[in-house]
Amino acid sequence: MAIADVKEYTHLSPEEVEELGRELDQVRADIEESRNADDAAYINRMITIQRRLATAGRITLFASKWKPAFFAGAAMLGVAKILENMEIGHNVMHGQWDWMNDPEIHSSTWDWDTAQPGEQWKHSHNYVHHQFTNVLGHDNDIGYGILRMAREQKWNIVNLGQPIYNALLASLFQWGVALHDLDIESIRKGQKDPEVMKKQLKQIGVKVRRQVGKDYILFPLLTGPAAIQTAKANALANLSRNLWSYMIIFCGHFPDGALHFSEEEIEDETRAEWYLRQMLGSANFQGGPLLHIMSGNLGYQIEHHLFPDLPSNRYGEISDRVRPLCEKYGVPYTTGPLHRQYGQALRTIMKLSLPNKFTKPARHDSADSIEVPRGRKKDSERPTRRTETGTWTSRASA
Amino acid sequence: MVAERVPEKVTGAASKLPWSNIRKIGAGLTTPLHPDDYLSLINPLWTARELRGRIEKVVPETDDAATIVIRPGWGWHYDHVPGQYVGIGIQVEGKFHWRSYSVSSPPKRTGRTIAITVRAMPEGFLSEHLVSGLEPGTILRLAAPNGDFVLPDPPPAKLFFLVGGSGITPVMSMLRTLDRRDTMPDVVLAYSSPTEDRMIFRDELRQLSEKHEGLRLHLQHTDEDGILEMSDLDRVCPDWKERETYACGPAPMLDACDEHWESAGLEDHLHLERFSLDLGGDGAEGGTLTFTNSHKEIEVDGAKTVLEAGEEAGLGLPYGCRMGICHTCTLTLAEGTVRDLRNGDEYNGPNVSIQTCVTALAGDCKLDI
Repeated sequence: MAIADVKEYTHLSPEEVEELGRELDQVRADIEESRNADDAAYINRMITIQRRLATAGRITLFASKWKPAFFAGAAMLGVAKILENMEIGHNVMHGQWDWMNDPEIHSSTWDWDTAQPGEQWKHSHNYVHHQFTNVLGHDNDIGYGILRMAREQKWNIVNLGQPIYNALLASLFQWGVALHDLDIESIRKGQKDPEVMKKQLKQIGVKVRRQVGKDYILFPLLTGPAAIQTAKANALANLSRNLWSYMIIFCGHFPDGALHFSEEEIEDETRAEWYLRQMLGSANFQGGPLLHIMSGNLGYQIEHHLFPDLPSNRYGEISDRVRPLCEKYGVPYTTGPLHRQYGQALRTIMKLSLPNKFTKPARHDSADSIEVPRGRKKDSERPTRRTETGTWTSRASA
Repeated sequence: MVAERVPEKVTGAASKLPWSNIRKIGAGLTTPLHPDDYLSLINPLWTARELRGRIEKVVPETDDAATIVIRPGWGWHYDHVPGQYVGIGIQVEGKFHWRSYSVSSPPKRTGRTIAITVRAMPEGFLSEHLVSGLEPGTILRLAAPNGDFVLPDPPPAKLFFLVGGSGITPVMSMLRTLDRRDTMPDVVLAYSSPTEDRMIFRDELRQLSEKHEGLRLHLQHTDEDGILEMSDLDRVCPDWKERETYACGPAPMLDACDEHWESAGLEDHLHLERFSLDLGGDGAEGGTLTFTNSHKEIEVDGAKTVLEAGEEAGLGLPYGCRMGICHTCTLTLAEGTVRDLRNGDEYNGPNVSIQTCVTALAGDCKLDI
């Protein structure tokens, strides 16, 4: 099956797909052209708010023996951490603000307030996930190596435990993400380069030591008699950040309507087809401005996947142009309220804990017959994109 | 002597040790950020992460030139040598632009400010903004002083300054320093400017020459008197061959100097400062790509990406998507101009980050890798 056979757009001729690609290129060019001082002020404002909030939370926790201060401090810290991870860290490390040429707000220098080292995240997320979005065997974000999220993935008895793994993943999300680029599965199979593994483990070790040291040793010690309460409040802040970011991230690609692709489908993929795959593999959710800020504008997941390095504060505006394009070309634009999108993702997790024969496919799921092994590709097995044509080639054996 | 030195050492250690310890503990509390990131919320100058400065005042010098007095923040050392330039990074429409300007103030710690003098160039996007668009209080970025257009210490006994237009700024810093130290040797200054009005520092120069017998001025207003030709040198400064010459000004003037001194076999006595670097990029495609740290050089055409060129040179440059999306390949340009193959936009260094997978050379470039 080639990408052009997917039933959602078989009605489009290759010329129409290329035309859609050109229209999306134009959207990108227009936004790039119009980035200005207001956008720069936006990210600077977000950073200032986040740092003030974190400071206020930390200070409030000096009184954390007093219940209201405990909850107020934990809430402020939790919100600060969410804001930092979602709207600031995720987006800065995507290079969304590199155009400002500010070395302090730049993808090459930023590290975020979570357990995974920024450098590793940029590989597993920016490169692997955003290039190979929803391609089975390539995109490690499908189930994060823990959950079976596609009917094409082989069922195994251990999948019966999915409801439990899911709850654990949600509450320990930052630790799951920390191990993401390490790729436990390839270590288990003995395919991991030991040098790379050593380097990555060291990076994770340093990061984890600093994160744990800050939240569970230094700040508690600083608050003296309130140490235990402060540590608890910090744990609560981290937990709420974990649950929130887990939920938002699962709404991006797992609601019904987001498609999976096979390795063969990307073989001769053009740049326009890459756009199409991003649109068909992603799902949005609706909400007000505050919800969008707190979710790092990932409610505009489709727009984010089309243009991962355009400033997040412009995604709303971009969506006003992408949606009509989807209508014009008859391409589905998957969106809905947050609870429905997450509900569908949760339903898939539960359903796929069972073998396919016990469950019915959702409306967009592919046929049950194609079974894709759960193995993942190493970088050396991943194809490389040729910039001049936009298509993929096998990596040179060097 | 010993008794005097001991407390000095102790105070030195006392002022250094706790401070670095405090920062270290602080970094444990603020990780992955710096303590400075939080301190700069209180005062933008309280950070040494990136050198910063605040504009104290903008003093008009002529209709189109102004002296900008900057108060540097933490991490700035007032140790520039007169004649050196500093990098100024200013955010215009959200984007930081960097240019280098000579420091026109002499090096001193008192007052805790430095000054640059800028002339608005018709084609100079940033200079125009600096001269007319800056409010006191604006925060800018600074890059440490650099450049070897400096006087040796002690200065040569006989000096000749040959300057045109805003080329006076590094020389002014030297003259002010010589004046402050009261070590003005035998100096001739030939200074060209289109009109009397456009001549920066004209009053101060006259005062200096009245104060110092050794300082002789030749001020030429080129709109009336014409351009100072090399053949005029024998008249303006008859003993120019015996002097160490420092020349700074427009490129054609410096080219003429170069040629003139060379033909006299005196090129060792000529020191030049070029203001307008040839950034390439005007229609030129491709060039020589130098990887300074790996000591590799490669000729590249205008269609090959910087990444491909690096791979061809046998360097393991970082990359990911190869379509400009994932930013894995971002490197800092040290010198030169590259063109974005997707839209034709040009980027030129220094301090500019480029995505090597989608940019190609527009002229010679250097990368620090």
